Amino acid sequence: MSEPTYQVRQATEPRGPIKWPDVTHRAVYVWFRDFKVWLTYYKASLIGNLGEPLLYLLAMGLGLGKMVGTVNGIPYIAFLAPGLMCSAAMYTATFECTFGAFTRMTRQQTYDAILATPVSLDEIVLGEILWGSTKSLFSGVAMLLVMSLFGLVKSFWALLALPLVILVGLLFSSLSMIVTAKSQSYDFFSYYFTLGIAPMFLFSGIFFPIENLPEWAQTMAWFLPLTHGVTVSRALFTGTVSLGHLADILWLAVFFLIAFTFAVGAVRKRLIL
Amino acid sequence: MKQNNDLILNATDLTKRFGDFTAVDSISFSVRKGECFGFLGPNGAGKTTIMRMITNHLLVTEGTLSVLGMNVSTNARKVKSRIGIVPQENNLDMDLTVIDNLIIYSRYHGIGKREANIRSTQLLDFFQLAEHAQSPLMRLSGGMKRRLLIARGLINEPKVLILDEPTTGLDPQARHLIWQKLRALQSQGTTLVLTTHYMEEAEQLCDRLVIMDHGKILVEGSPVELIKEHAGKEVLEIRLLENEGRDDCIESVIGDAGLDGAEVECSTDTLYLYTEDAMALLSRINIGSERSILHRRASLEDVFLRLTGRELKE
Ligand SMILES: Nc1ncnc2c1ncn2[C@@H]1O[C@H](COP(=O)(O)OP(=O)(O)OP(=O)(O)O)[C@@H](O)[C@H]1O
Ligand SMILES: [Mg+2]
Repeated sequence: MSEPTYQVRQATEPRGPIKWPDVTHRAVYVWFRDFKVWLTYYKASLIGNLGEPLLYLLAMGLGLGKMVGTVNGIPYIAFLAPGLMCSAAMYTATFECTFGAFTRMTRQQTYDAILATPVSLDEIVLGEILWGSTKSLFSGVAMLLVMSLFGLVKSFWALLALPLVILVGLLFSSLSMIVTAKSQSYDFFSYYFTLGIAPMFLFSGIFFPIENLPEWAQTMAWFLPLTHGVTVSRALFTGTVSLGHLADILWLAVFFLIAFTFAVGAVRKRLIL
Repeated sequence: MKQNNDLILNATDLTKRFGDFTAVDSISFSVRKGECFGFLGPNGAGKTTIMRMITNHLLVTEGTLSVLGMNVSTNARKVKSRIGIVPQENNLDMDLTVIDNLIIYSRYHGIGKREANIRSTQLLDFFQLAEHAQSPLMRLSGGMKRRLLIARGLINEPKVLILDEPTTGLDPQARHLIWQKLRALQSQGTTLVLTTHYMEEAEQLCDRLVIMDHGKILVEGSPVELIKEHAGKEVLEIRLLENEGRDDCIESVIGDAGLDGAEVECSTDTLYLYTEDAMALLSRINIGSERSILHRRASLEDVFLRLTGRELKE
């Protein structure tokens, strides 16, 4: 069966200077709509959230870990798990705001319906991003539970990983909304996953220390948002947090705000003619 | 500046262009409080484009459009909180149940939880959907979906309800039910703006209407006025004989009988005579024995077809 393609329409009105996002509390209504729908399938969703990290930690952490031994003085599984927490947040948010959001934007015309109410398009975009990051939080909580089963949660610092995954979720939801706004069909997402998300997963220091890479690749890795998430997450779980990590948080926050502004612009350009 | 509160909707030189294509071409109209105002026109005339400019789904290219005295371009949120929309394409939330469609929609309007429940239940009753409240959307028939769509448009108790082809594709029962509900709403003071392809619907519901084509308004008036002015009182439809040309038919039927103000129009297979007095005309013209002939009252459909032409539009 071939998927229908949806035309990315060109705006016809002259655009003035940049219009900043016009957002109020109404974004929460959109978030609530997504949450309400999630409640109808939450069991399956939560099982997925728990099952995936469990499999990863068993296979990579224990299986592969046996060969690797320790990295930077800590057991491989303890090195690996905090990074996986961030990548799970990334994947959850990305799936939600690509496939999920695209379906609502095109096939189901959900945005079109909401646009007839006092909720603005910018609030719809923000609501979707908030929901994407909420799902990241769910995946983060699941990961935290699984990690504590493996005895990997040693201090209360670890709880700070939850706000961190929310931030990671916000960022990747925003990036995904840009991709969604530019996509003509679901096929388009496979490019994004192969060229954007997969390298992020492999080269952001989840599986091996970035320092193992050649100098130029390390520089490249610094530009990957996930790298900063992984760095902070690992510090929280291994109890090596320092003030320097605030720079990573700032990096993530600024990147999120930029991506969000672009996401709003891209969706406006597509939907409001 | 004092606003005229009786003007619910007002458009002045309203224009919408998509690139080089002009979908709505400098039109002006106004809708008064409490009336039912209709937009008629062939496919592609620009009706939906106007409706979507009211809700800011489409930006106005030129001219002004205001709702309750507020410009839609600068006051989008306020405008949208006061109007109800029933779109041409069903965009109900397929992920939610029937009642949740209404409840969640009330949330978008900022209506509190308790109030949302009360209104949703009342609207389901009003549209005879109460027993389907908990059904998933896929179980609804087309008619039920359309009723739910109208119910959803009413959730914020709008002053004006905008309906884009509210009964297209429905069976006669469902259509009559919707007409009855719309009349009830109008008698409660709601202003109605609707587009339709059904002349009967326009005659049944509209106090005033415009007929559009190619983005322009051709005529405006009440159904009765328009019929009187553009189609007269009665119509004789005379079928052409096999292999008979138009001119031959006109020649043989009318010949040199005086038309006395009657107007003649001919499509590929029918001759139409629009007249004030069909009986008098019949006595003068020459039908012959083998022609089939129909004598009827003039209708809005005659007006529509005479103004917008009989050939297919798209
Ligand atoms: N986004 C768009 N881009 C380009 N052209 C468009 C767009 N939307 C509508 N049009 C064109 O504008 C014209 C008016 O369309 P509109 O949908 O307003 O017609 P309509 O009167 O509602 O017709 P119908 O009775 O078939 O619903 C059509 O020719 C249509 O092709
Ligand atoms: Mg239309």
